[in-house]
Amino acid sequence: MPKRTDISHILVIGSGPIVIGQACEFDYSGTQACRVLRSEGFRVSLINSNPATIMTDPEFADATYIEPLTTEFVERVIAVERPDAILATLGGQTALNLAVALHEAGVLEKYGVELIGADIDAIQRGEDRQRFKQIVRQAGGEVPESVVCRTLEEAVEFAATVGNRVVIRPSFTMGGLGSGLAGNADEVRTMVARGLAESPVHEVLVEQSVRGWKEFELELMRDRHDNVVVVCSIENLDPMGVHTGDSITVAPAMTLTDREYQRMRDLGIAVLREVGVDTGGCNIQFAIDPANGRMIVIEMNPRVSRSSALASKATGFPIAKIAAKLAVGYTLDEIPNDITMRTPAAFEPALDYVVIKVPRFAFEKFPGADPVLTTHMKSVGEAMAIGRNFTEALGKALRSMETKAAGFWTVAPMPSDDDADVDALLAQAAIPTDGRLYLVERALRAGATVEQVVEATAIDAWFVDQIALVVEIGADVRAAPTLTPQLLRMAKRHGLSDRQIAVLRPEFAGEDGVRALRQRIGIRPVFKTVDTCAAEFAATTPYYYSSYDEETEVEPQRDRQKVLILGSGPNRIGQGIEFDYSCVHAVQALRAAGYETVMVNCNPETVSTDYDTADRLYFEPLTLEDVLEVVHAERQSGDVAGVICTLGGQTPLGLAQRLKDCGVPVLGTQPEAIDLAEHRGAFGRVLAAAGLPAPKHGTATSFEQAKTVADGIGYPVLVRPSYVLGGRGMEIVYDEAHLSDYISRATEITAEHPVLVDRFLDDAVEIDVDALFDGADLYLGGVMEHIEEAGIHSGDSACALPPITLGAGDIAAVRQSTLAIARGVGVRGLLNVQYALVGDILYVLEANPRASRTVPFVSKATAVQLAKAAARIALGTTIAELRVEGMLPARGDGGDLPDDAPIAVKEAVLPFHRFRTSGGDQVDSILGPEMKSTGEVMGFDDNFGTAFAKSQAAAYGSLPVRGTVFVSIANRDKRAVIFPVKRLHDLGFRVLATAGTGQVLRRNGVRAEIVGKFSDGPGNVVERILAGDVDIVFNTPWGNSGPRIDGYEIRTAAVAAGIPCLTTVQAVAAAVQGIEELSRGEISVRSLQDLHAQLAAWRAGV
Amino acid sequence: MSEAILVLEDGRAFTGAAYGAPGETFGEAVFATGMTGYQETLTDPSYHRQIVVQTAPHIGNTGVNDEDAESRRIWVSGYVVRDPARRASSWRSIRSLQDELEAQGVVGISDIDTRALTRYLRERGAMRCGISSTDLDPDRLLRKVLAAPSMAGADLSAEVTTARPYTVEAIGARRFTVAAIDYGIKTMTPHRMAQRGITTRVLPSTSSVADVLAVGADAVFLANGPGDPASADDAVATVRELMRNRVPVFGICFGNQILGRAFGFGTYKLRYGHRGLNQPVQDRSTGKVEITAHNHGFAVDAPLDRVSETEFGAVEVSHICLNDQVVEGLRAKDTNAFSVQYHPEAAAGPHEAAYLFDRFSEMLEGTK
Repeated sequence: MPKRTDISHILVIGSGPIVIGQACEFDYSGTQACRVLRSEGFRVSLINSNPATIMTDPEFADATYIEPLTTEFVERVIAVERPDAILATLGGQTALNLAVALHEAGVLEKYGVELIGADIDAIQRGEDRQRFKQIVRQAGGEVPESVVCRTLEEAVEFAATVGNRVVIRPSFTMGGLGSGLAGNADEVRTMVARGLAESPVHEVLVEQSVRGWKEFELELMRDRHDNVVVVCSIENLDPMGVHTGDSITVAPAMTLTDREYQRMRDLGIAVLREVGVDTGGCNIQFAIDPANGRMIVIEMNPRVSRSSALASKATGFPIAKIAAKLAVGYTLDEIPNDITMRTPAAFEPALDYVVIKVPRFAFEKFPGADPVLTTHMKSVGEAMAIGRNFTEALGKALRSMETKAAGFWTVAPMPSDDDADVDALLAQAAIPTDGRLYLVERALRAGATVEQVVEATAIDAWFVDQIALVVEIGADVRAAPTLTPQLLRMAKRHGLSDRQIAVLRPEFAGEDGVRALRQRIGIRPVFKTVDTCAAEFAATTPYYYSSYDEETEVEPQRDRQKVLILGSGPNRIGQGIEFDYSCVHAVQALRAAGYETVMVNCNPETVSTDYDTADRLYFEPLTLEDVLEVVHAERQSGDVAGVICTLGGQTPLGLAQRLKDCGVPVLGTQPEAIDLAEHRGAFGRVLAAAGLPAPKHGTATSFEQAKTVADGIGYPVLVRPSYVLGGRGMEIVYDEAHLSDYISRATEITAEHPVLVDRFLDDAVEIDVDALFDGADLYLGGVMEHIEEAGIHSGDSACALPPITLGAGDIAAVRQSTLAIARGVGVRGLLNVQYALVGDILYVLEANPRASRTVPFVSKATAVQLAKAAARIALGTTIAELRVEGMLPARGDGGDLPDDAPIAVKEAVLPFHRFRTSGGDQVDSILGPEMKSTGEVMGFDDNFGTAFAKSQAAAYGSLPVRGTVFVSIANRDKRAVIFPVKRLHDLGFRVLATAGTGQVLRRNGVRAEIVGKFSDGPGNVVERILAGDVDIVFNTPWGNSGPRIDGYEIRTAAVAAGIPCLTTVQAVAAAVQGIEELSRGEISVRSLQDLHAQLAAWRAGV
Repeated sequence: MSEAILVLEDGRAFTGAAYGAPGETFGEAVFATGMTGYQETLTDPSYHRQIVVQTAPHIGNTGVNDEDAESRRIWVSGYVVRDPARRASSWRSIRSLQDELEAQGVVGISDIDTRALTRYLRERGAMRCGISSTDLDPDRLLRKVLAAPSMAGADLSAEVTTARPYTVEAIGARRFTVAAIDYGIKTMTPHRMAQRGITTRVLPSTSSVADVLAVGADAVFLANGPGDPASADDAVATVRELMRNRVPVFGICFGNQILGRAFGFGTYKLRYGHRGLNQPVQDRSTGKVEITAHNHGFAVDAPLDRVSETEFGAVEVSHICLNDQVVEGLRAKDTNAFSVQYHPEAAAGPHEAAYLFDRFSEMLEGTK
């Protein structure tokens, strides 16, 4: 069946900001979809609020709307664009929910828009748990005992009948939000109450627990001719009870016989047909009782999911791309497999390697959050590794994590085996947590048997035995009189890194010694191809992974110079999709400039690891050892110009110096310059030489030193460890006691890694700048003004571009200072500088000579692609040349935008509602100098108020235009909020306030109603918020944070109720402007192409 | 861990570790891409005289049980894997694969670059091969490899077929009786028929027309099996005679090739064959694609673009492999005979071609 010709215009819905449970995998799938649909000749419109995505680059759609993903805004886009069809199955749960909401609101019918990919009935059959269970039974499958509850009482009653060991799953939430495993009646009560609140339809499924069973997933695809293929089977190493997003997963399934696998496959296909997913991908989860093989179907997602991204990267079968083709009418047999070129997509990939995905957590960012893994997803990212066997893949995956531990034994000192308490280790390993595998390894090393570990953890014996194999090899390496080539080869074959071997063999004095020996005796990895077919057919796509095996498959290529681009590794807070965006742009720019681009990365969610992105893809950990081997392989293949380390964030940046020391040319800004900017003392000298002021600061390696520095500077001070990204461990300290406490908690202070103590600038305007420098010219990419004051991490702060309150003089100062820093540091490419403007003084807070998190935002707001330009500058092209070429504007830059230029507002999206303490309380949603956000959205419009309102709608749903505002403000902020609150009052808002705030408001003519504080007992504000009586909260914090403290309770209640909660006076003022704009009437939508055309016209006219 | 070597007939050698039974073995090296079902693969008689290279790296993870074997013994002449399991994990496992291979005297090799070997066989074709853990000199082993018989022209059915007829009763009420000529039949095949009310009388491959007619069958089933169909002249003659007697015929794999020859088509050796559980086959009558289990090194040479006129009337190619357009099924339009080149009994492999047994039942229904 060929392509449909009755539709010509398709609206693609993206997934919005990165949140836990929904990350950049949907940029990967959405980008593929847009690319496919356009190449098939469709007009493509796109709506997505996340600017840090490749899919929202203007060239990927005919009309790109960076607008909030709410039914109102999507309807406006539909009204403007009038598409024939909507594709919502590639934008995660967000897009799917929107599709359902648009259907229910009658929008699809009103505009005659067809939903393609999956129809409403199929979505509901897949997502409505009760209907889904019936379907499974009809298909001949088994399901756990369960009941759908709308009240607490129903749930409690049912749970008692199955011994209170139940799983609670709210309907229509993603990433297992609000779900959990209860073991007793009390837990049932708390969790059901929470689940009912999380579910948009106030409905939870209470289900008999199958905790400890083996867990599997199948990724399936179906076309409209009813052809079905299973793309990939995935086995969870962590048994049932841990969300699959938080589990270590393995592909293909390792512990099933063919009979069991085929039974699962048959049932999966039967369920898919019953649900009626007509075309596209879906994923189905199964649990198997390890004692007798009884199989239960757990759930299905009738859409492309995180697992499909993983399956695509794991097999080379591009699920999203194929799903898009199926959605427009093709059948699987009509679509070529683009790895083999000559066989069709109607087949099931065969793997001759093992793929392991390991989740990345960020508990260190949320003190107090319960680190026990449950059915509620908590990880913020993941890394995938490919090896020719399990142990090799596991070793690579663990060292891809970008954590202190990079595989077993790497956290010094290595715990001794002798004094280990096996029972205690087993008891610890029994509880699923981040890094449980390290405990399993320790237990085995301490003498636990495989059976004991299986008993304690319910991890399958085959997996435990594989860990035991690593333990045995480690012991052999450690005990051998000399490290023989045979033993070294064996260790490498089972995934041990040079660094791990160095821990076991101290005589090598570190991994460099091991590497030198290894290379001298010729033990190097070869590179194999991911080819979908286990070598049955020749592959045309250079998608490689390393293995200690015999034959390499890297082809020579001597026509074009090669450039390696190092990606950013697993997503974590502070390092996310923004860096992948810059890496992808570098690939695009350098490909276009005639280089062969070679991508190295280990994050399966990303566009950079799509084999369609770079000329060659190496799916490898970003460690020195692994990157050096890729460089070696590419040097064997041809001429390597060098490596780009400055676009992928901290991970590749941290490798730059060592790569250079190993003789690898580092392109662009040199490691010495990076060090100059990151090293406090050196950077201070750069500033001094340029005559630029910085807040007073000092460094300390002990409390006494810190105290001396702080006394000299004066409190409050900002303290943080050196060399960090995302403000890890950064705090504002108001007095000596607090300082002493900070130093005692910051355990890793050494002479090499001192604590930095800075004067904290109260009431400063914080300014963020992204600029390009080629050694002579500066191109100011964009000047962003933070909406929150200095002290909130820039990644968590909303900001506006062009800056809304800065004058030409301020911007001239910014330009001059930025140029001086770029020159002083020696930047060749991108530079990000953070300034604080206090009165007329522009303080330099910090400079980072690399692509920053804001590069995609600035690029979209100013219609200039900075990362592309940076990549070209790294290869020697000048800014002047790029202006001639048209990559940069012929004249002017991002610092001199016209006064009437459209305004872009970036807002951060925070994950507080996903974390709870072990007692079940939410963690505080207060912002500070340590970054906590997972993602961002952009509001883009003609004026600030509208742009801000859009950003809030995109991040939190919507700003209310009527209703009730609750105000509770710290004394220092009370004056500043009088006017904005009065405006709301005039607009008809009802105003609730705590006694102190209320008094100030009343004196200023606002009829505020006084409501009790949390500590005042029944009827207090927290209850009112939770009861839905409040539509927006203004609460600026003071004093301590923690449960039972008013501010904390208010903010967490707002998060739980899903209403906007503004915690700074600047944000309050901006919100009121936004509300005014909203209540003035229709907010229109405008495509990015249109906004960029406006900028281009202005530039042409300059 | 003791060493072993593998040598191909063109001299390419691999060094690895001894696996399975110690000793020396020879056969045709072929690769199989299935990620599950090693027990079924090992016990599939079609692999007789072949050294099977498993492309999936981990083999033996679920051990060996007493239910999944497809015949009375392991047939592969040698086994090549990358990472044998140290430990079996399955609630159905009874013993380890290593023990099973040793007990049945199957010589293998592990810890070699199986992907390199697979790519080599893909480019140069299936070829003779030797594995030894007793003679580690590649040159000596190569001479022995060159002295071993080649697969082309090999008539192997007699070596794998049942010595005596036996019966697999229908499950529930018996609707039909079928005579299955055992060129190397797998356990699952009569079972699939039994599930449809068919009693199967399994007969030795050398059975004459009279032997077949004597069991009073409603139809004849031509099983899978090893060897070169070009050398199976007797079997072809028998099938022709049966069709002249208006006996309905259903064939699979080797049986497809025999039926093809009975219709007058030729057969030929594929460069490296189809051996896996992921092969896309299109039913040309419906356009639907089924994912199927394959194990064949030979194929029928029949025209795809037209219906062929044969002694038995019009015959068309009913199924093709989408990967390479190889003939995967034949259907007689004027007589009751059809066959497929692949394995609808699917052990190991996906079950979606099981409808062919239904088609067979319907055919029997129609002829009754």
